[in-house]
Amino acid sequence: MSGQREDFREILRLVRPATRVLDIGCGEGVLLEMMAQEKNIDGRGLEISPSGVAACLTRGLAVVQGDADRDLADFPTQAFDYAVLSQTLQAVREPRRVLEELLRIAERAVVSFPNFGHWRVRWALLAGGRMPMTGSLPTPWYETQNIHLCTVGDFVDLCDELGVEIEAVSAMAEGKPAREINPRSFMENLRAESAIFLLSRRTRTDGSTPDNRRAPKRATDDLFG
Amino acid sequence: MGDRRAGVDTDAASRSNALMAEPGSLIDTVESGGGVMRFAQTLPLRLEGGGQLVGLDVAYKTYGTLNEDRSNAVLVCHALTGDQYVASPHPTTAKPGWWTQLIGPGRPLDPSRHFIICTNVIGGCMGSTGPSSINPATGQPWGLTFPVITIGDMVRAQVMLMDQLGIASLFAVVGGSMGGMQVLQWAIEYPDRVFSAICIASAPRHTAQNIAFNEVGRQAIMADPDWRGGDYARLGTRPEKGLAVARMAAHITYLSEAALQRKFGRELKKDGVSWGFDADFQIESYLRHQGASFVDRFDANSYLYITRALDYFDLAASHGGVLGEAFRKARNVRFCVLSFTSDWLYPTTESRDIVRALNAAGARASFVEIESDKGHDAFLLHEPIMEAALGGFLSSAAKARGLES
Repeated sequence: MSGQREDFREILRLVRPATRVLDIGCGEGVLLEMMAQEKNIDGRGLEISPSGVAACLTRGLAVVQGDADRDLADFPTQAFDYAVLSQTLQAVREPRRVLEELLRIAERAVVSFPNFGHWRVRWALLAGGRMPMTGSLPTPWYETQNIHLCTVGDFVDLCDELGVEIEAVSAMAEGKPAREINPRSFMENLRAESAIFLLSRRTRTDGSTPDNRRAPKRATDDLFG
Repeated sequence: MGDRRAGVDTDAASRSNALMAEPGSLIDTVESGGGVMRFAQTLPLRLEGGGQLVGLDVAYKTYGTLNEDRSNAVLVCHALTGDQYVASPHPTTAKPGWWTQLIGPGRPLDPSRHFIICTNVIGGCMGSTGPSSINPATGQPWGLTFPVITIGDMVRAQVMLMDQLGIASLFAVVGGSMGGMQVLQWAIEYPDRVFSAICIASAPRHTAQNIAFNEVGRQAIMADPDWRGGDYARLGTRPEKGLAVARMAAHITYLSEAALQRKFGRELKKDGVSWGFDADFQIESYLRHQGASFVDRFDANSYLYITRALDYFDLAASHGGVLGEAFRKARNVRFCVLSFTSDWLYPTTESRDIVRALNAAGARASFVEIESDKGHDAFLLHEPIMEAALGGFLSSAAKARGLES
């Protein structure tokens, strides 16, 4: 899947070399292997399917079978530099708690998800009155694993509520390479098929709190962004 | 045995290539070796419970060849009633080795690439020093005068064997059930001698339920009048009834309800019930057979001693009650932990405790829970995901160790 590849490329770009990375929902370990080979990271994975874990072991990766909702609690606090959650947030039972867990376990989190605010999604609902099926949302509603879909705007709101710092956001659409965006822009929320957030804990070493509210909080205030 | 070094009694029968042909098994093509390593009196085994065993015997089998770098050695650790015949026919029962699913040409442990060693644990009855051995001080079988041993003692005896074989570092230590406990013990006590550790269907401690089942087995043995306070060997009797009952109870814990139901259900042996206490049901007849055949190859006192060692096993206890602390020294060991969904003897929660502790210690841990309805014994059976996971884990570890390009 080329969209997945682009997602991985961008995550790879965001992660600093020679760091400790936990990939949650690592599948068959493609991203972990890329990060190990190209960025010399010390990687660990969490994957729900036994066959996925077996495939990871063949790649020489250290992967634990488990579920993001249940098993993140097993990882010690601050054990990693990055926690990566690629295209998985929308499939967990408690996205808010998972997000908090990511930033407990790791200094930074890289979270990517399909944007339900993308114009095709909105159009499918507005014009067709049907649940959308797009490149980043390919499964029909009755089979999808996605139980907590959100828009870029929704996710920004959640980060604000949790006091999480948004360090960078990239958007992907039409299979093109990711480009950096202002996540608080109304137009970007229309254009992005999926988004990748680089997040960090709010409390910095000097104890200060970054101001997340530079841009208007509500997407509706930014109609012409 | 006054010499300083240990001597080896080679087991001529098992050394020969005339292994029994096993239909469908490739293992008969594998060169095997081993024998009994007899340690000089100057090399006693110090025991965790105090005291020491002098003139120790460790029986073992090997498969494959140790490479020039001595870097391809794999130690396989057996379970409660297992033995060193991991991949060759059992001398008493003539049954194939107990782990030929994993050991053989093209299998995860391959004698053409690995030098595989399997020892009989101390306390056992297949050639290593145990309660049925002769106490050199009295010239009589030890019986209950044999010291209580631990999983740690079993591992230390294996370490002594590795020293004699000139193996400073093992490529892998592998085991299921009690074998998995030995694997964990190895990793914690000898992290510099273990490159990778595979722990299957095991636990970091015995739970109350585990101890309870073991106690039922021990009481069955001790209730047998032929047990004679453990002195049966000297008095010429055999507590076969008690040992068979112990095996029957334990055997239930190795299976799952689903497996029993599928295999036996309420099937009768003959048409209609006997209105008595014969083995009417297939399951009764199966268990009786399991009990009866077990006594041919196992010693009752060994059963007491080894179950005791299991009950005393608690990895965290010796590290301030914190399992993560226990693994702190083993951070550089590559771990692979496997469990089975229907194993209720050492359920997945136990393996998850191990994995959680490994993560807390920052160790390199992999874990898979394998879907199977075959219960605890699944680790001895053909489980494709287990074989794929182990194959993948071992080949990537081999690359990291420079055994494969």
